[in-house]
Amino acid sequence: MSDNHHDKEDKKMYNKGEVITGIVIFLVIFAFPFWYNMGKAAPVPQPELTEKAKAAKECVEPKAFMKTEHMQILNSWRNSVVRNKNRLYINSSNKEFDMSLSNNCLDCHSNKAEFCDKCHTYASVTPYCFDCHIDNPKEK
Amino acid sequence: MLELALKGSKRYFGWIACLLAVIGVGVGCYMWQLSFGLGLTGMSRDVSWGFYIAQFTFLVGVAASAVMLVLPYYLHHYKAFGRITILGEFLAVASVSMCLLFIIADLGQPMRALNVILYPTPNSILFWDMIVLNGYLFLNIIIGWQVLQAEKNSVAPPKWVKPLIYISIPWAVSIHTVTAFLYCGLPGRGFWLTAILAPRFLASAFAAGPAFLILLCLLVRKLTKFDPGKEQIQTLAKIVTYGILLNVFFLLCEVFVVFYSKIPEHMDHMTYLYAGLHGHGVLVPWMWTSIALMIFSIILLVNPFTRQKEGILTVACICVFIGTWIDKGLGMISGGFVPSPLHHITEYVPTKPEIAITLGIYAVGFLVLTLLFKIAITVKEEAEGV
Amino acid sequence: MENSRRNFLKIAGISALGLSATPVLDAFALDISMLDMKINATPGKDAITAKRWGMVIDTRKFESEEDLKPMIEACHKIHNVPVLENKRHEIKWIWEEEFKHAFPNLEHEYVNESVEHLPFLVLCNHCKDAPCVRACPTKATFKREDGIILMDFHRCIGCRFCMAACPYGSRSFNFRDPRPFIKDINKKFPTRARGVVEKCNFCAERLAVGQQPACVEASKGALVFGDLENPESEVRRLLKTNYTIRRKVALGTGPSVYYIV
Repeated sequence: MSDNHHDKEDKKMYNKGEVITGIVIFLVIFAFPFWYNMGKAAPVPQPELTEKAKAAKECVEPKAFMKTEHMQILNSWRNSVVRNKNRLYINSSNKEFDMSLSNNCLDCHSNKAEFCDKCHTYASVTPYCFDCHIDNPKEK
Repeated sequence: MLELALKGSKRYFGWIACLLAVIGVGVGCYMWQLSFGLGLTGMSRDVSWGFYIAQFTFLVGVAASAVMLVLPYYLHHYKAFGRITILGEFLAVASVSMCLLFIIADLGQPMRALNVILYPTPNSILFWDMIVLNGYLFLNIIIGWQVLQAEKNSVAPPKWVKPLIYISIPWAVSIHTVTAFLYCGLPGRGFWLTAILAPRFLASAFAAGPAFLILLCLLVRKLTKFDPGKEQIQTLAKIVTYGILLNVFFLLCEVFVVFYSKIPEHMDHMTYLYAGLHGHGVLVPWMWTSIALMIFSIILLVNPFTRQKEGILTVACICVFIGTWIDKGLGMISGGFVPSPLHHITEYVPTKPEIAITLGIYAVGFLVLTLLFKIAITVKEEAEGV
Repeated sequence: MENSRRNFLKIAGISALGLSATPVLDAFALDISMLDMKINATPGKDAITAKRWGMVIDTRKFESEEDLKPMIEACHKIHNVPVLENKRHEIKWIWEEEFKHAFPNLEHEYVNESVEHLPFLVLCNHCKDAPCVRACPTKATFKREDGIILMDFHRCIGCRFCMAACPYGSRSFNFRDPRPFIKDINKKFPTRARGVVEKCNFCAERLAVGQQPACVEASKGALVFGDLENPESEVRRLLKTNYTIRRKVALGTGPSVYYIV
């Protein structure tokens, strides 16, 4: 920049071939997850309801809310039960529910494989809930 | 400057390859531990902390010892240390990195480690330990890098580094104090329940750390064109001498209090370590080896004629390092857990995978140390035009 | 040119760092918002409450080791406590100890035969000033307002600081996956995962539905549970009329479990 006779040289790119090849190789590797999975998209799974869940018609909160917020609800539930000893949930229409994943949620949704796992697998999440909480059916 | 670590001799890359191989084995064993659980180690319900936490404790000391170079140089203007403060700081970086890895290796649920930050709990000493260790790591990385870069460019380091350097001095003391507080604030663990634990930790740190640094300096002189300096090594040797003397003195203070008061809850642990309790005593030979090494090193170090001979000094430093390592990296943690609070005796012996993971972490530390030293010494060589 | 190239690289570097940090920041933001979700909740109608729960164990009512088994079994069964063959990995919430182990600082040279030979029931003391709560770096173990020291297994990072802090050896660590070692699983109660610490919870889940702790229920009156701060309670009546001891009182932890000897 300081000396004029450098200007021309400065605009020249050194090792052009190698640099560009390098950038291309980097981009290809960087984009690996995209092109590797291209065209392999699995269809969006539909969680199945048990007869009991169908008969209940509504979950503790409206379906749309449960769909997106069930993890937040469960998180607040566990904090409430474990840390604040409040074990009854009062929902938006003033109905009471026992806040228990094992004994209440999974009582209706006793088909973990078709209800929980399907979406979790699709979304590639592995919640550790079931490391401890025992899924249904509870009879051996 | 990072690129300086990428150029080196065959021997340099051979050494790095060896370290990577050890790290590989360690990582493999860690994956195994992750899937099986900590049951893979020798730890138990009664001895719930083992080798990992002991190594962590020992290495916090090695990290803290960097202050023994920084303090004389920056506070007392002892110019000779200017040549090697960077080596001390980089040793601290490598040691703290190992400390953090040992903590992670010891966690039952390592993926939840950030809970310590997410739910900050100031009444827990572990929370403070997390803060001081990470702080010390960053302080040393920033200070070391800035000072070295300035040296490379033959300019003075930026002004804002000075306050950081002054902060790093009490910070070094804090990391080992807080680490001692992890143990000495626990009721019902008579072995650790002593106000002298933090001073004792610092004394052994200021013996083991500089001793290791002397060995590194001698190695650097042998392998590179940079000479850390005879005077520097001799001053470090004096620091080691005071450190190891204080360490043994503090240990004897403990021995007196424990065996003169004869309070069983305090005495039983010492008895277990040095004489065995109810027929259990896997650590007895180790502990006496440690005592012997420390006393032998004192004989070599206190006498100026032997201390000034670098060959003998090397032997003394190896003795100090191994002696304090056994004392802290082996006896200090298990000793506190045996006998248990209910007075049962469950002994602890690390398992093979546990040792492999430990070695893997040490290899990571040595890798960091090698790379940082390579950079620092190349800069020094260039600056001196050799 | 030289300068602008360097600046460009700097800006590019910082933006790359920023971009890669966003998911991390997002994750944090998400977690904190999750904590913030307010819900409307109350305790159950049958829940029994106290200012400070405590227990009195009348050791005179036990004649042999056999007498203690039902209480230990009741607790370990309903709480899915695994049975691990390896002593080092053992998990126990309530168990038996000889007097000299339960009360190591009361080791007398000569004691009466019943004390010398009878095993004592030991469990978490739910201390008034619990060292484990002080030590825990994540509040995974905490003191509830009714005095119960509880574990939040979701939050425990498995550092085992609490085990070092507990002077009563009341805590166990899941050194491996406990599930294969639970013979008869109680499907109403969760198991634990490997890598977390566990201990007696004074049956918080039973108090919430108005039941006495499982060991108390199985004790045929030898164990009494109640409010230590209510002068009218059964535990206070027992403490007033009997000489009791607690484990390692000198440490100042304030155990809530009393023993009539």
